[in-house]
Amino acid sequence: MALKKSALSVGQTHSEVVIENLSRTQLVMYAGTSGDYNPLHTDDLYTKEVAGYPGVFAHGMLTMGLTGKMLTNFVGDATLKKFGVRFTNQVWPGDTLTATATVAAIREEGGVHLVDLTISTTNQDGKEVVSGTATARIDG
Amino acid sequence: MTKITFPVEASHIMMFARSVDDPNPVYHDAAAAKKTEAGGIIAPPTFPQSVAQFDPDYFLRPKNGQKWFGSAKGPSGITEKPASSGGLHAEQHFEYHRAVRPGDVLTVTSHAGATWEKESKRAGKLMFSERVTEYRDQNGELVVTARSVGVRTEKPVAQS
Repeated sequence: MALKKSALSVGQTHSEVVIENLSRTQLVMYAGTSGDYNPLHTDDLYTKEVAGYPGVFAHGMLTMGLTGKMLTNFVGDATLKKFGVRFTNQVWPGDTLTATATVAAIREEGGVHLVDLTISTTNQDGKEVVSGTATARIDG
Repeated sequence: MTKITFPVEASHIMMFARSVDDPNPVYHDAAAAKKTEAGGIIAPPTFPQSVAQFDPDYFLRPKNGQKWFGSAKGPSGITEKPASSGGLHAEQHFEYHRAVRPGDVLTVTSHAGATWEKESKRAGKLMFSERVTEYRDQNGELVVTARSVGVRTEKPVAQS
């Protein structure tokens, strides 16, 4: 269900743990469905010895997808108008991520009621891995 | 400008939702999805990115008859520097004109946007490049617009 305008206020937040103890298998699953088989995400040997990272790390788009789960749980299905993020830090196997949406504005555009949200996803150390914004349709 | 045909299928949506750990029935259960405001199965918000599956030239997929730069017997299957080395995703933005649904046959076109550079302490010189992608349906209507920013780093990102 779309959110109701009367139930929203600026500054209100919605927060969810979107993944606990991220597994390497989850990265393999994401590679398989997205088609992004960059070995940086599934191939530890390559990533350590050729790319020079401590080990495989998550696709940015997996972190965005996990963040999107929180977002659609909050705003409802088929209501999103915009969703954009910056990837600010890498996400590693074993990470636990918490995604938060904060109501930035409630407005109307061409007769459509909308909510603007700021988005932040952090890891278990409180470090931000994704920051962004979203806009969703709400019921007036 | 590249042009790709992206047939949207229910099984791909189901597997994609699993891969982002999202158990929402609107992505896999047709009967349950019918009763929701979406009115049927829809795709998760970041699903459009899996158009890569339908790009015949996508460089991050091993291809028949070509050497792959990931590990095999040794740490890399090629001796030269991998073409993708140092490439990371910096930003991704989607604008949704309507929900993506199984049965949609999307025509996807993309073009290069702006490029710019920045110095960073953690990864040396950063070279950013933007790509704008449009997803249109079988009637030519715009479904999703995406803007992606990639970054190539001079050296691996230092871990703080």
